[in-house]
Amino acid sequence: MSVPPDIEVDAALFEFALRLGDSALVLGQRISAWTGHAPVVEEDLALTNVALDLVGQARLWLTLAGDVEGAGRDEDRLAYYRDASEYRNVLLVERPNGNFADTIVRQFLFDTWHFYLLQRLGSSNDERVAGIAQKSVREVAYHVRRSGDWVVRLGDGTDLSRTRVQAALDELWPYTGELFAPDDIDRAVAGRGIGCDLAALREPWLRHVDGILADATLARPKDGWMHSGGKSGRHTEQLGYLLAEMQSVRRSIPGDRW
Amino acid sequence: MYTQLVEAPEGGIGEARSAEQAIFDDKIDRSITIEPSDWMPDAYRKTLLRQISQHAHSEIVGMLPEGNWISRAPSLERKLILMAKVQDEAGHGLYLYSAAETLGTPRDEMTEALLSGRAKYSSIFNYPTLTWADVGTIGWLVDGAAIINQIPLTRCSYGPYARALVRVCKEESFHQRQGFDIVSTLAHGSPEQHAMAQDALNRWWWPSVMMFGPPDSESQHNETSMRWKIKLFSNDDLRQKFVDQTVPQAEALGLTIPDPDLRYDESTGHYAFGTPDWQEFYDVVKGNGPCNRDRLRARREAYDDGAWVRDAALAHAEKRAARATSDAA
Repeated sequence: MSVPPDIEVDAALFEFALRLGDSALVLGQRISAWTGHAPVVEEDLALTNVALDLVGQARLWLTLAGDVEGAGRDEDRLAYYRDASEYRNVLLVERPNGNFADTIVRQFLFDTWHFYLLQRLGSSNDERVAGIAQKSVREVAYHVRRSGDWVVRLGDGTDLSRTRVQAALDELWPYTGELFAPDDIDRAVAGRGIGCDLAALREPWLRHVDGILADATLARPKDGWMHSGGKSGRHTEQLGYLLAEMQSVRRSIPGDRW
Repeated sequence: MYTQLVEAPEGGIGEARSAEQAIFDDKIDRSITIEPSDWMPDAYRKTLLRQISQHAHSEIVGMLPEGNWISRAPSLERKLILMAKVQDEAGHGLYLYSAAETLGTPRDEMTEALLSGRAKYSSIFNYPTLTWADVGTIGWLVDGAAIINQIPLTRCSYGPYARALVRVCKEESFHQRQGFDIVSTLAHGSPEQHAMAQDALNRWWWPSVMMFGPPDSESQHNETSMRWKIKLFSNDDLRQKFVDQTVPQAEALGLTIPDPDLRYDESTGHYAFGTPDWQEFYDVVKGNGPCNRDRLRARREAYDDGAWVRDAALAHAEKRAARATSDAA
């Protein structure tokens, strides 16, 4: 893979860490909204667990981004004082919670990608990246199993649940293209052995997804036109609302410590 | 978290003493725990079921007021701590429902009683959380009050409830420290942060004082529960302990407790304090608090909206079981 010569390593790593941190944070923020409102109390516990893991991972990536940038921005400065256009998460994670099937399918598509990505980043030649990835992948291995189990339960459950989970899959599939489409930043970190080849993740991802969809008696949607833009800061309309809420206290009341 | 048992215990002590009753009484007297398989008077069973299920419901409804602020927590660390706390409450709800189930009533029935409005939960959760400082103040005052109430109950006569509370209390104590830390950070922060902490204390003080239930003079049924050792201290004793513990903490924070009658009484070694608005207390218990309808509506919506998910999980489990049977055949 060729290394774009005009991107400095730290600038690329900063962006790359933001992408990972923002995706984890935005998805954690989304699913934490289920806390207290889940279909059964056991799911309140389980969804909150996943949210806890993701926000915890976001802190590590954002701290790394701040360190690499060297401009004195810590995790909270990055999380609370950037607007939507400065967020670098993939679009999939900012899609609304919808019904439980929408939430589960979004989670399943992301978790599977997240798992294979972190698995590869575990052998990154940047020790900091490898360290965060190795810690996170253990948590994400559980996320993948859990969201896959739910896709199977809902797909091979009742007619209603099958209709809902298939609709969610059809709706969210066009947001999966971005996960595997490297840009210059991705190529810059991959070329230096810090990141990995995103396009190469699709094959194992698809194999796992196909296996679960088969068990769930669901049809994989056709690959067609795909959304993109999240990684470069062009988001859907939903992200602005999410951030406005998340950042409201921190931005509206003066205070150095919280 | 905590629930005051509002209604009177069932029945009384006047029943004729059978041999079983004698064994039960002896165990109570010698502080040997009563276990699910032991004989127990119906009134004891019913009173406990109501107390434990009210407590479980309080944990579940108690997720809502603080859950409001997960999305807006002002730092990622605070967000994590708050999520973990609300998650603990779901966990407490689960072990308390399990403890209550040992008395012979399934969880679905208890849930139905909550959603239909028949069962009570702690009135404190019918007050709104209006600012971030409320999250800290709930941890400091409401969890603080819960601990004072629940620590004695870890020695209550019913084994499953006592054991569940050991774990609940450990976690509540962590919540209380986290809450105090939030309030302390705000109280020592910018003038705006300090004002927010004072405002939250102003709103939460009296409802917290009322968490221990009506004054002893108005709760004549304490006696039965005390004899059964499912209540170990009177409402007023626990309330006094709470006030004595909390006043110096407020002073250390530079916050003012909204009670003009509050003063330290050298002769008793306790703080004397004003009379809560008991009319407000009874109004909220009867369903007329600021958030009673909102809280129940949120629980009902979660339950109703989740029905198709629970149905799907059951249908899937049945299909798997059927396939396993036909594979084995």
